[in-house]
Amino acid sequence: MGFPATIRDDFPILRVRVNGKPLVYLDSAATSQKPRQVIDALVRYYEEYNANVHRGVYSIAERATAEYEAARAKVARFLGAAGPEELLFTRNVTEALNLVAFAWGRSHVGPGDEILVTEMEHHSNLVPWQMLAQACGARLRSIPFDDRGRLILDDLDRLLTDRTRIVALVHVSNTFGTVNPVAEIASAAHARGAVVVVDGAQSTPHRPVDVGALGADFFGFTGHKMLGPMGIGGLWGRRALLEEMSPFLGGGEMISDVWMDHATWNELPWKFEAGTPNVGDAIALGAAVDYLERLGMEAVAAHEREITAYAMGRLGEIPGLRILGPAVGAERGGVVAFSIDGVHPHDIAQVLDTEGVCVRAGHHCTKPLHRKLGIGASARASFYVYTTTAEIDVLTRALLKTRELFSVAG
Amino acid sequence: MSLDDLYRDVILDHYSHPRNKGTLDPADVVREGANPLCGDEIRLFLTVRDGVVTDVRFDGRGCSISQASASMMTERIKGQPVAEAERLIAAFKAMMHGEPPAEALGDLEALQGVRKFPVRVKCATLGWVTLEGALAEVGNR
Repeated sequence: MGFPATIRDDFPILRVRVNGKPLVYLDSAATSQKPRQVIDALVRYYEEYNANVHRGVYSIAERATAEYEAARAKVARFLGAAGPEELLFTRNVTEALNLVAFAWGRSHVGPGDEILVTEMEHHSNLVPWQMLAQACGARLRSIPFDDRGRLILDDLDRLLTDRTRIVALVHVSNTFGTVNPVAEIASAAHARGAVVVVDGAQSTPHRPVDVGALGADFFGFTGHKMLGPMGIGGLWGRRALLEEMSPFLGGGEMISDVWMDHATWNELPWKFEAGTPNVGDAIALGAAVDYLERLGMEAVAAHEREITAYAMGRLGEIPGLRILGPAVGAERGGVVAFSIDGVHPHDIAQVLDTEGVCVRAGHHCTKPLHRKLGIGASARASFYVYTTTAEIDVLTRALLKTRELFSVAG
Repeated sequence: MSLDDLYRDVILDHYSHPRNKGTLDPADVVREGANPLCGDEIRLFLTVRDGVVTDVRFDGRGCSISQASASMMTERIKGQPVAEAERLIAAFKAMMHGEPPAEALGDLEALQGVRKFPVRVKCATLGWVTLEGALAEVGNR
């Protein structure tokens, strides 16, 4: 079942002890741990060929440029892009989505137009659209979710109108774990002439992604959740849309020529990459893609299905514990958010920490979702390629201890 | 770091059985406080007569530390002059920021253990910062 235990040896941090206990890292939805191969790629860049890209004629600058562009090509292929020119490097998903909101949104959305999101969006795929709507006099609407964290699509025909310009939705919810039917929604959105923007933060690391098959027009992802470093992510966009868009940021690299009073733009993808890019981290992200492809994304997804099903079963044994999102057996990503009667999520995370267990506590940047559920916060355990059933057992025992600590006083 | 430093019995007691929990209507001032990072929320209701906090209630939701701290706070300030409440706020904040207590703070000293868990300090001070704002509102009238 799952991956051989030897892949854990690739992750140096998994040998660390916390509070005298082995580290049980169950917060991969926040950020993944990094294998030696990724760390080495980053160090190799800085130790052997650190140079700025697209300008130097000397050897190490040529190598830096070649490796940077090779990383782009790898990521583009990984996502099913038509070509590397459709893949823009950004800092993270947040920057990718803001890029779309500014560079596409500001010139295509006007007064009275509509932007459709869902109620389960991460703030990064909600706030940029609120800002766009306010700036352009557009109206923000949302697709609701049901009590199991599934989108209610019955009214989609009513929510989508001829004024809908953008449909922005999360592929896999970072709180519920719901896998949204993006292709179905995209097809309905396209019938109304809207563009479809997908937040792929929690899907890209965990399952095979084909942006074409999804029916997306823009797709954002981040490197640090998929074994890569922080500070590198990207936006895939359909070539035709990227071609007609104006740049997001102005500066060096993104220009073709510059006069004192105007400038012309570089070709794709560099039109959207003003300033010196994050070369080392992009190259390390390429190494992360290599690592994931060696494992095989189908195998990654299968491992997570097993671990998640096991976790849902074990957590279900704990009295008073309520799991948010899809029920046992339903398709879901490798995240399990939960609450325990009478114990605040902060206190859960605090007690778990003394057992070496790392979980997230809070609103996971989905405040409107939590508000709708009538809770301020939840705890969340999330998994990845290195997660074992033994770690889930440690989590379960630690949760039972937490309950005991707080019910003693009650 | 021991959990016992954080979850002292008196804290768990106030969490399970919060004092002065609820609302006041009418109140002279209603003040909301929140910790945007973690989503803890509190509402504080005060009545003030002739410079004395005659009644106080709080509601909201949050972790054991924020709720217990608010509960202990209401117990301490009820019936006290505003000046005394302000003095307590300063003493409590000083303690939470690592200064030795200038005076015996009684049960509130149980919250000293929170200092070893820096991200939780804001939980402990949420009620107090909210009270500080509420008293400033009263003072401005």
